[in-house]
Amino acid sequence: MFSIPTFLESFGPLAMAARFTLLVSGLGIALGLVIGALVCACALSKSRGLRRFAAIWVSFLRGVPLLVQLLLMYYLLPVVGISIPALAAAVITVGICASAYISEIWRGAIGALPPGQSEAAEAIGMAPGTIWTRIVLPQAVVMSLPALVNELILLVKASSLVSMVGIMEVTRASQAQAATTFRPLEVYLAAACIYLAINLCLAGIGRWLEHKAAV
Amino acid sequence: MEWSVFQQYGPMLLRGFGITIFCWIMGTILGMALGLMIALAQRYGPRPLRWLLQAYIEVIRGTPFLVQLFVLYYGGPLVGLRLDALPAGLLGLTIYGSPYFAEIFRSGFNAVPKGQIEAARAIGMAEVSIIRRILLPLGLVSALPALVNFSIILTKETVILSIITVPELMYQVSRMSTETFRYLEANFVLALFFWGLVEAISRLGRRFETRITQHLIERV
Repeated sequence: MFSIPTFLESFGPLAMAARFTLLVSGLGIALGLVIGALVCACALSKSRGLRRFAAIWVSFLRGVPLLVQLLLMYYLLPVVGISIPALAAAVITVGICASAYISEIWRGAIGALPPGQSEAAEAIGMAPGTIWTRIVLPQAVVMSLPALVNELILLVKASSLVSMVGIMEVTRASQAQAATTFRPLEVYLAAACIYLAINLCLAGIGRWLEHKAAV
Repeated sequence: MEWSVFQQYGPMLLRGFGITIFCWIMGTILGMALGLMIALAQRYGPRPLRWLLQAYIEVIRGTPFLVQLFVLYYGGPLVGLRLDALPAGLLGLTIYGSPYFAEIFRSGFNAVPKGQIEAARAIGMAEVSIIRRILLPLGLVSALPALVNFSIILTKETVILSIITVPELMYQVSRMSTETFRYLEANFVLALFFWGLVEAISRLGRRFETRITQHLIERV
């Protein structure tokens, strides 16, 4: 039968492991924001080569399952002679994967700005660089915030796959816990509760941001 | 790099690919059916049922697919749900996809102009035929791009089934690589393969979309 004590006891170790879930998804989105900005810049650039590069980057990373990307990175790094901790490799892979989605989010946000805004700035004689930093980017960043929170929620869930390359995050910890207690149902349900709690918090933040951004 | 292993393991990989496609198609169809029922129940059902379904949507969308599979496959037997890997995987995929499909259908239904339904009511159409002749055809067309998009996302989710030993492509590739120690080649080819597959499906999806929504495109 369902054992409530086991269910409650599994929250302790799983909550400890949640640090790594948050770390992987948090650093993953941070890295994704940086690379995503660069890829987005490539996608919007005048050079055809850069645009093609951005298109291939986005289509490859969106077309290949994250699990395959993780394993590919896991086996590729030693072959090219790079030895970094598994955690770093996982964060980099998650970040690279997120960059494809984030660059599309930003491209969409920039495209959604009314062209009249930058035309007006041009008409009053603003330099192209200033138009970007003062008009386009601030508005695009605010507009993209809800979508970015959404992406972060997806990353929290995607970080469960990182357990496959040996990172002790919530899913991996619950596998270990299930193996020692022989109560998989209770343990995995506890894991589900932890993910749900994290994501409901994030969704709340997202709704609040959406409300703010709408003003 | 060593490519001859692919020749040797070809039939096994091909079988795995068949199961991947099977899981994807079945998961999409069943998930869509369940999602459609949820969306209709949320629109017409009594309030407690609507709350229950909303909770279901939040829980399934808030937890990782991998954890859902673990609950189902390893936790299921404890409550008497003893399933083989493949049925468990299909059930998991159906459950995982259903809330996303339900939300897509809901927004599709919301996009149907109210006047259409009011007009149907005014000429005395029964509620069931309003659903069948007005709500579904109009709602499905406006939901189509999102439906195609999510079906493509599901292609990639099928690889997670390998973790609970569903013998699909990813599972066969991992088996091949542990037997031959060709990890890098195997995963590299798998990545390229999925890239091609997803691109091909997206292209087909776009063509399908333009075909179905042809009547909406204004001719100049």
